[in-house]
Order: sequence, then C-alpha cells, then structure tokens
Amino acid sequence: MAKATNTEIIDLLGEKFGEQLFDVTEPYGLLTFSTTKDKIINVLSFLKENGKINFNFLTDLTAVHYPNTNQIAVVYHLHSMVSGIRVRIKVFLHENDAKIPTASSLWNSANWMERETYDFFGVKFDGHPDLRRILNMDELNVHPMLKQYPLEDPNRVDKKDEYFGR
Amino acid sequence: MKHNQPVYTDNDPQSELVTLNLGPTHPATHGVFQNVLQMDGERIVSGVSTIGYIHRAFEKIAEHRPFYQITTLTDRLNYCSSPINNMGWHMTVEKLLNIQIPKRVDYLRVIIMELSRIADHIICNTIIAQDTGATTTFLYLFQFREHIYEIFEEICGARLTTNIGRIGGLERDFNDIAFAKINKFLIDYPIALKEFESLLNRNRIFIDRTAGVAQVSQEDALSYGWTGPLLRATGVDYDVRVSEPYSSYQDFDFEVPVGTSGDIYDRYLVRNEEMWQSLSIIKQALEKIKLEPEGVFHADVPAFYLPAKEEVYNNMEALIYHFKIVMGEIDAPKAEVYHAVEGGNGELGFYLINDGGRTPYRLHFRRPSFINYSMFAKMSEGMLLSDAIINMSSMNIIAGELDA
Repeated sequence: MAKATNTEIIDLLGEKFGEQLFDVTEPYGLLTFSTTKDKIINVLSFLKENGKINFNFLTDLTAVHYPNTNQIAVVYHLHSMVSGIRVRIKVFLHENDAKIPTASSLWNSANWMERETYDFFGVKFDGHPDLRRILNMDELNVHPMLKQYPLEDPNRVDKKDEYFGR
Repeated sequence: MKHNQPVYTDNDPQSELVTLNLGPTHPATHGVFQNVLQMDGERIVSGVSTIGYIHRAFEKIAEHRPFYQITTLTDRLNYCSSPINNMGWHMTVEKLLNIQIPKRVDYLRVIIMELSRIADHIICNTIIAQDTGATTTFLYLFQFREHIYEIFEEICGARLTTNIGRIGGLERDFNDIAFAKINKFLIDYPIALKEFESLLNRNRIFIDRTAGVAQVSQEDALSYGWTGPLLRATGVDYDVRVSEPYSSYQDFDFEVPVGTSGDIYDRYLVRNEEMWQSLSIIKQALEKIKLEPEGVFHADVPAFYLPAKEEVYNNMEALIYHFKIVMGEIDAPKAEVYHAVEGGNGELGFYLINDGGRTPYRLHFRRPSFINYSMFAKMSEGMLLSDAIINMSSMNIIAGELDA
C-alpha cells in the first residue's frame, strides 16, 4: 500500500467532519489537529475503521495541563502501521470539567493509558470500565502532574531551595 | 472421582476459589509485580494487576530539569537496555533542535544500541529458560551480558545506568580497547548463542512448556498496543527501525524476524533471531565506520554540545557556551515532538513539549512495558499458574519501565 500523505488524511477528515477539526499543524511532519470532546470518539473510530488510512494502533494517550488558560489537553497519538504514518489529536478540556468519553471501547490499550491519565491529571473518562488510580497510591488526594503541585513537598523543612542554590 | 482425573473440570462440585497474592516481591516474578489471582487449584480464574510499587515520578521530575539532565532519568526506565533509552532521548532533543548528526556518530550509536538489544534479549530469553527449569543456559549465556557491560564500561565508564552519549553526539570516542572488546564479542558470542539455541530450540521439555502457551492473536496484540518482539511473534512485521528509520538504520541490511502463533516459543525464537540480526548490524557498522572520517564523535553544534574542559578554561566562547548549556539556557524552538525508537521490548516513545523554558513543559514516555503488561491479567485467565509465570518472563516486563 502506498504511503498516505498528511494532506490526503486531512482532506478525508475535512470532508467528513468539516469545522469540527481545527488548529491543523504539522510540527516535524506529524499531522496534528484538535477536535471537541463530543466528536473525539467519532473522529477516532473514523480514523480506525476507514479502510483507506486505517489508523489501527493507539500508540499513546496522555494529557498536558495549561494552567494559564485553565485547560487540560488530552493528546492521542495514532499510528497507521499499514501506511506508516502517525497522527496526533488533541482535545482541550476545561480543568473544572475534565471529562471525555473513553477510547477503551476502540482499543484495549486505552484502558491503562486512560487510568494513568486519570491518575496524574484527574481527567475523567466517561464509560471507562475500571477508572482507578494506577501508579499512585489510592489514598492520594491530588492529581500530581497538574502544574500547581510542586515537585517536592512544600511543607518539608529539611529541603529548602536556598540550601541547594535554587 | 478417579484419583488420576483433574479436579478443575468445568462442573467441579468443589468449586471453591482461593485468592492468591502473587507478589509484589516474589522470587519467580523477577521484579516488583503484584497480581491478585483467583485460583481454582492451579488454574487462574481471574486476576488483577497492581502496579506502581517503584513509581518515581519521572515525568514530574523531567519538568524541573534541563534537557541534558533527563538522560539519567531515562537510564532508569528499562534498565536492562539503558543505552537505547539514552539514545532515544538524545535523538528526541536533536529532532527538536534540528541537529544533523554525522554518519560516524550514527554508526557508533547503532553499535551501542544493538549491543544493548542483545543484552536485553539475553536477559529475557535466559529467564524464560530458567523459569522452565533450565538453569544451565541462564548461567552460561549470562556471562556475555557481562562482556557487553564491559564494553559499555569502556565506552562511557558505567555499566547499568549508563548515561551514554550527549545531545549532539557521544561524550567521547570509542577507544581501541572498546573496539577490541567488541570484536572479541563478535567472535565469542555467536558460538555461545549457537550452543544456547541447540540446548533449547529442539528441547522437548522446553517446547512442551512454551509452544502453544499464551497464544495471542494479531488483533488482540494490536488492540492491546503491543509492540516489539511480542507483536512480531504474532506475525506483524512492525519494527520502528524499519518503518521510521532513525540513526541511519536505513543504511543497514537486516531482517525483521516474525513468528506465526504469538506463543511463548515464538517470542523466544523471534528474540534469538533478533540477536543474530543485531550481530550482523554491528559487523556492518564496524565496516561502515572505517569509511568515515576518523575521530568524529559529535556534531559541530557548540550551542548545544558541551565543550571540552580545556577549551572552557582557555577560550571565551567555549566558556559562554559551557555556562549556558549547564544552566539549561539553550535556544530550543517552542514546539512539540514525538520520537520513537525500537527498545528492547517495544516502541519506546518520547513526547516532548517545549515552551522555550529551561526545562521541558511536558515530557511523556511511551513505555512499552506499561502498555504490553496491561494484557497480562486478562490473558492469564484459564492458564496454569506455572504457565503464567513463564508468560510474564516472556513478556520482558521491566519494573522500572512499567512504573516510571
């Protein structure tokens, strides 16, 4: 199968979703675009099931916190092994309403990746079969990768920055 | 009921289940893995994996460290093949900074990465053999991992957490002893690997324990995000070195071995064949290096590559660059980049977002152990406990990478 190009993919998606896709860029050749949380599952399953492009593989799922705009971006990396091309999809959520439908119905690998994202960012994946913390202890009451939490415990008295020249 | 009939037939009247805590520290699991299993006799009915026992918050730490200090964090992901992680990270930053790496450096890196792939596969395959009861093969082949570590020691001074290389190249050239040790390894190791294969490949006990056990279909493997030898054992010929060549892998002539059934025996065979391919790649790289200008071990990028110490003391520009690099003040574009390398157990990806500060805005590791392991509890259902143990060994799950 010939390699699909980014232009072909974005044309195909544009036909189907139109204005639902925005912020299309190509940093370092990797097609990147954003969509909304209402459309994300449609976009993902279209990419997965369309025979022409066939993004059959969920490489990575994670989140990024942007405290300046009070947003959390959920980032999906999909990979089409047949045509050897990757695509990055972002969904920006408001941090007070960080809810998004689960992708675990499309890929089983999303199960743990979404648990990880929930654990570290507090993003709630609607419809997830088992949304529990995965790497941190269950008693932890924060989502530690959010930017407001410092790297070290601020209450510690033995590790002041001034002692370390920071 | 006759005495020689199994007690775990489907309509067993004594269907009392036992909860078994396998791990977190169990001698058979080779790492910190906990699985709470519902057992019916020896057979696993269902299981839940609990992970995170050695979580060290690398992604959070990475947000507070300049690029060059993150290499040491990557060491501690898959610590059985740290050099691959190091190189993957360097290449991610180099991709961000658009640094062109000289061919000779690429080839030197390929040698390092293939050596660590062999070291990684030695561990996994010998552990499979060990868990099926073949201690000899484990002890015999394991000494060659030691020889690989001696080569690493010669190249960078460290053995396990190597911190090999710098952004823009390597921190020093290979010395003559390193080349001599690599050449000796290339002569000695094929003999041992041949013996290892002749001890196991047609071994009746080994085949009985591994063939047909933990079979995985291609659909399941892809759906669970498997990569690396695990995916290739199911017959999918996906290898990052071929599909998106990095570090000049396109210059090399090698095969991507694939299995057919995705069982433990196929995974073992795929890894063995990959070791042969790696040896061939190293040989090709040694030949290619001879054609390249001698003594080149880093790109000419003074703004990103730390100058030699004597330069710093005698040269104003070198001093400035030294200061800026050490303080993390490099001019990196505000951008985001994803770079993947073929690690020992799958696609190791780095998703880096840079906002122009001294440290990454966000760094996410796509850790193959974490993603591959998510299937373990599910696939153990209905399996014998002793088979599940071999299955875990054959998945090559490294606790450091699993928990990050």
